[in-house]
Amino acid sequence: MTTLDHADAARTGARPGPPGAVAAAPKGRKGTGRRLSVRSRWELALLLTPALVLFVLFVLVSIAAAVYYSFFDWNGFGPPTKLVGFANYTKALADPMFQGAVRHNLQFAALSVVVQLPLTLGLALLLNGRLRGRAVLRLIAFTPYVLSEAITAVAWLVMLQPGGAVDQGLRGVGLDGLVHEWLADQHLVLYTLFVVATWKYIGFGVILLLAGLQGVPAELREAAALDGATQWQTTRKVVLPLLGPTIRIWIFLSVIGSLQLFELVWIMTLGGPAGSSATMATYVIDRGFRRYQFGYGSAVAVLLFAVCFVFALLYQRFALRRDTAGALSGRVD
Amino acid sequence: MSIRRRTYGALVMAASLALVTACGSGGSTGSDAAGGATTWWHNGTQDPLKSVWERAAAAYEKAHPGAKLDVVPIQNEQFPTKVPLALQSDNPPGVYFNQGGGLLATQAASGRVADITDRTKSWIKDLGAAAQGWASDGKQYGVPYASHVVGFWYRKDLFAKAGITKAPATMDELKSAVTALKAAGTVPIALGGKDRWPDAFYYNYFAVRECSVETLKSSVAKAKFTDQCFTRAGQDVIDLIALKPFQPGFNGTPAQQGTGSSAGMVAAGQAAMELQGDWNPGVMQGLTSDPSYKAELGWFPFPSIAGAAGDPSVALGGGDGFSCTTKQADACVDLLKYLTSAEVQTDLISSGAATIPVNPAAEAAIKDPVVKEVFSYNSKASYVQVYFDVALPTAAGQALNDAVANLFAGQGDAGSVARAVNSAG
Repeated sequence: MTTLDHADAARTGARPGPPGAVAAAPKGRKGTGRRLSVRSRWELALLLTPALVLFVLFVLVSIAAAVYYSFFDWNGFGPPTKLVGFANYTKALADPMFQGAVRHNLQFAALSVVVQLPLTLGLALLLNGRLRGRAVLRLIAFTPYVLSEAITAVAWLVMLQPGGAVDQGLRGVGLDGLVHEWLADQHLVLYTLFVVATWKYIGFGVILLLAGLQGVPAELREAAALDGATQWQTTRKVVLPLLGPTIRIWIFLSVIGSLQLFELVWIMTLGGPAGSSATMATYVIDRGFRRYQFGYGSAVAVLLFAVCFVFALLYQRFALRRDTAGALSGRVD
Repeated sequence: MSIRRRTYGALVMAASLALVTACGSGGSTGSDAAGGATTWWHNGTQDPLKSVWERAAAAYEKAHPGAKLDVVPIQNEQFPTKVPLALQSDNPPGVYFNQGGGLLATQAASGRVADITDRTKSWIKDLGAAAQGWASDGKQYGVPYASHVVGFWYRKDLFAKAGITKAPATMDELKSAVTALKAAGTVPIALGGKDRWPDAFYYNYFAVRECSVETLKSSVAKAKFTDQCFTRAGQDVIDLIALKPFQPGFNGTPAQQGTGSSAGMVAAGQAAMELQGDWNPGVMQGLTSDPSYKAELGWFPFPSIAGAAGDPSVALGGGDGFSCTTKQADACVDLLKYLTSAEVQTDLISSGAATIPVNPAAEAAIKDPVVKEVFSYNSKASYVQVYFDVALPTAAGQALNDAVANLFAGQGDAGSVARAVNSAG
């Protein structure tokens, strides 16, 4: 019902504050007994129903079904009959392959925040400045994001083969020593995939941050300049704090994306060699659809869901609370 | 208030129902529009196979007035995900592609795959031993249209350059060929390790050479690899890898995708050999614009191992075929009979869509001398062991492929593949 409250609040003028500012929370609104008019009820029903039905059918029902199947030893043919309780869960948690998959997801998420974020931020600040050919540069940064993940994966798979375009490029500029077995080396493959993912998603982050940068008032920069602040000081003390909400949303999307990483890995390495690039999602598909262990696969899928869900809740509670106050949580305590 | 709430709720309900029923009726009109057609799922998404099936469907419809086929080509990789869902649904295809073996037996347990034993009794014998792969517990659950056999494809020019005068017949000869090719600066063997199943061919063939036919049969039937010969096969794989006969980075190389794939390397003359199925020349054809490799391509069977229990004339292979769902079993069997007729089988061979027909009547269509060699090895084989990943129950088969791939990545020991099979279940 929070959505209803919000719609109500918006209509009656009690708008939540701009991101980053402490919202003017419509306190004490609940329980005043104000009702929606018949007309707005119809509107709401009409607008919400299709999305709600799809959400229930394809999200809630699917999750419930996965939870149900996860308690069975089931090969996917015929109705599930062999109830095994939590055996699938304990088996997954004890499987070194699954533990490795979780570790790879976490590594990917950590790398995103530690490496991708500064890169994205730097690029966004650069592309926000007055620069010759800025539009073209922005376009170039954004282009990879437009490609589908599958196409990206196939293209990089071909380029990263031994003696492929990447190796030839390195040799061409005399960097023979940097040539590696990009996708075949178990210690390197995850980082290779991370570079490809960065190449693909950096444009999205840049666009997000550029949008955030538009929200930084020019007056503040001018004021800082008048006070004698250097470029670096302005960025550090004025721009970055105001970009906070955007950066926190970027981290959220990036971590969730890292936890659900699939296509890139599946197409480029199938999770190999020897499971060294497996993720939770590739593990689900491998056990479910390749080995026909649908009960077990469902259990792993539920675990993946739980990890994402818990992260989303905690992040919402501790990091995004201020940014989304009013929009999602209804009020700020 | 409460009345309004109810109206609101009712509206939501009505709208949801409308949406659900809309989906439902949409679905059923879809199948009605096909007018009782038999849906045929095959994996011929590319020529030449695609055209062969198109011609066959047209000819079949012409010869059977009233019969209607709804031909749906589906990418090979999609079958593992599509088939289980289809077999759960109310609207499965009438005819669907599969490779027989343990997976088909698993699917048959759903009760949705038609037992066509009686319907095929009069003619299935003509197809010989190949049809065995589509039988389980004495019941026929499908019909093959082509057989496959695995062996070494090699470049005669690169062998000559390295001073190798005859194709290796024993493992020792293969090993000295590897040494000679390395000395000549050639990658001896290309391997598509990314896809894992090409790795498994090595373990499979070593097991076939190390184990007696009786051991193979009983171990596959029980899905338990307890005999010592399976551990020896693991050691054979480790010994071969220790020679470093493969291209650099072979664990990341795809088997059939792109010019950098293992098949592409042999086609381009960047590697001298590849252990692959009879379909490999067809794959190479799509990976290079220079057809000169064709004249240089030769074939030899997997070498024998001195003193091992396995019969050197046992082959590793499998096949492609179709199964029927219970929904339209009669129409399906009728089509399958036509697909194994001399007419369609000859078209499969002469178009290059298949190399080993299941109907001996099509043998005359084989013109290529190398393919003839492959065909004759297959037909003279004392026993054909179906690839383990297909022959075993799916979970055990995939566990085997993964464990072998781990061996190629330097993880595991001689017994780890057998242990993976024994603990899958």
